[in-house]
Amino acid sequence: MAVGKITFTKTEREKLAEVLWLLNWISVVTGAILFGLGLFLKIEIQKWQEVMSEQGILYVPHMLITTGLAACGINYLGSKICLDCADTNKFLRWKLVMMPYIVCTFFFTACVLAGALMCYSVRSQLEESLYLGLRNTMRFYKDTDTPGRCYLKKTLDLLQIQFQCCGNADYRDWFQIQWVSNRYLDMTDSAVVDRVRSNVDGKYLMDSVPFSCCSTLSSRPCIQHNLSNPAAHAHYDEQSQQLNLWRRGCQQALLDHYTGIMQSIGLTVLLIWLFEVLLVLTGVRYLQTAMENVIRLGDPESESEGWILENSLAETACYNFNIIKNLGKCYQVDDDPNINVPTAAADREVPSHQVRVNVAS
Amino acid sequence: MAVLKVKFTKTRRDKLAQILWILNWISVVTGVILFSLGLFLKVELKKREELMAEKDIQYVPNMLIAVGLIACVINFLGGKICYDCVDTTNFLRWKLIMLPYIVCTFFFTLCVLVGALMCYSMHWELEEALNLGLTQAMRFYKDTDMPGRCFLKHTVDMLQIQFQCCGNSGYKDWFQIQWISNRYLDMSKKEVVDRLRSNVEGKFLMDGVPFSCCNINSPRPCIQQQITNNSAHFNYEHQTEDQNLWMKGCREALLEYYTHLLQSIGLTVLITWLFELSVLTGVRYLQTSLENMLRQGDPNSESDGWLLENSLMETARTNLSIIKSLGKGNQIDTADNGDPNIDVPSTSKAHYGPDNVPPKQKTETN
Repeated sequence: MAVGKITFTKTEREKLAEVLWLLNWISVVTGAILFGLGLFLKIEIQKWQEVMSEQGILYVPHMLITTGLAACGINYLGSKICLDCADTNKFLRWKLVMMPYIVCTFFFTACVLAGALMCYSVRSQLEESLYLGLRNTMRFYKDTDTPGRCYLKKTLDLLQIQFQCCGNADYRDWFQIQWVSNRYLDMTDSAVVDRVRSNVDGKYLMDSVPFSCCSTLSSRPCIQHNLSNPAAHAHYDEQSQQLNLWRRGCQQALLDHYTGIMQSIGLTVLLIWLFEVLLVLTGVRYLQTAMENVIRLGDPESESEGWILENSLAETACYNFNIIKNLGKCYQVDDDPNINVPTAAADREVPSHQVRVNVAS
Repeated sequence: MAVLKVKFTKTRRDKLAQILWILNWISVVTGVILFSLGLFLKVELKKREELMAEKDIQYVPNMLIAVGLIACVINFLGGKICYDCVDTTNFLRWKLIMLPYIVCTFFFTLCVLVGALMCYSMHWELEEALNLGLTQAMRFYKDTDMPGRCFLKHTVDMLQIQFQCCGNSGYKDWFQIQWISNRYLDMSKKEVVDRLRSNVEGKFLMDGVPFSCCNINSPRPCIQQQITNNSAHFNYEHQTEDQNLWMKGCREALLEYYTHLLQSIGLTVLITWLFELSVLTGVRYLQTSLENMLRQGDPNSESDGWLLENSLMETARTNLSIIKSLGKGNQIDTADNGDPNIDVPSTSKAHYGPDNVPPKQKTETN
């Protein structure tokens, strides 16, 4: 019992072929969109790759880029096939290719779905990567004379200004890091020496933040030093403290930024997947079965049936499973012609009787 | 003697009409581009109107917007006219309109040229406006509690961060302004009171700048306070230090930005003007050749097209006398025209019938 059987007249088949040709060209465009989205995501991630500890999440844009290119190729081939399917003679050219093409496209759409789901699942890896990356960047903030790290101060300042954030989780992270290099500390000053000595690791820590943490929305000039002691500043009340620095942590800010981008991209990819599966793939399958039935019936003008699966889902699954099993059995040793295989005459073999033989003594 | 006479066969006339139809449609597109450039410039100027003093510089984008719209309309009409010019019967519809249309378009292209030149001349007014505006904005930087000025701190900070500049001409401008409000000064401290007293106007001035002046390229944490005091900071010499703060003044930075924008727009408008001029020349040739063809009577014959029928001097003289006689139209002195109530001696001989004998003058007899 076929799944989703529909009867097609000749005009209906031709119209289906034309519509599918158009849908396949639209799919080429959506494939290009997929490619573009992947490229955009790659560029966005690489913009701030210095504050990420590892580049592992680049597999998401790479997946999207490959899928986009494959979509363009597959749908271009599909449009050529569908254009030829309107004519029964031309269809014979593609007859043998169509079934493998449909199976390939089915697995390809599974890849598109995987790409969409990846966009949503990468969040926790990104969170970890940002936490470690930001911690390292803050640690190397002062090392503007070390090659390989000299640009980290500028990167972090730009990040804090642009994303309106301060520190890793919040501004107090700066209190645990020495962000002023020893080159700019006056070691002859007793206050400086005391502070360095009082710290276990010999680091110069203070309750201050860099200028890039200053909020532009504050109504008073920025207070960067002595932040733990509000009484040290004139009229530094609760509200002033709230507005003075950026309150959000940079890990949260970047996470929100990338999650927003990837959710939009994931939604678009899901919509593209639905379009490919429900419209294009199903349509091509119906067209293929209808055309094959026409050829089987022999009359190009007659009606024919199209379906998604010839038998029910369970039977098709069993059948394919057996094919795969037989493919597997091909190389088992039982079939070696060199082994002595008892012929079928053996089953007619009569059991040997005990024959008394008189032995003359 | 005609100016730049060219002979046109029928096929050449048809081809010219078709090409002009396409060129007119391209001109409609360039008109839209002109309109959008004007709109873009208007938005960019409005974005930073808080930093510009009250000078009328909006006339430049307004001019571009108006010129762009008029270009669309004129060239749309031109496209219709040229489309009809392929067929002689259709041309007769437009025959009377074409010359006024060409004259209008000629004056319109002058407006386009004026628009382009305005873009380049706006530079000086803009500099004036920015100078005054920035001085005001910096003066009101501390007034975040006054309605109408409370946003200026945010505006100036964002400007300095975005354009990587500090102060009006340089960072030293901040030394002459009190940019910390009295609300945030601790009046109980001796140094604060001393500093206020030492200033003639009672302003709290110091050699410090706001945080938005800090240069992100600096290898050391930003020095914002006591900038001129070398001993206040370790390993610091303010005369040679150029990485600590943004060195450029904001007036110069904004001026550079706007000049670059205006130069690009001015160049585009000039190119549009040249294109319009070439379309106008083509339409003039088409008009003269079609009129000559009608004068000859044969739609398939060759005809001459020109820019001006007579030489430039004669055309100028003719037009000047037309304008003069238009002006004389309402004067009472004209002997020929006149008011029928004025007694004008007739110069013509009266005709008194077939024998031409004047009637006997009736004398009054008593």
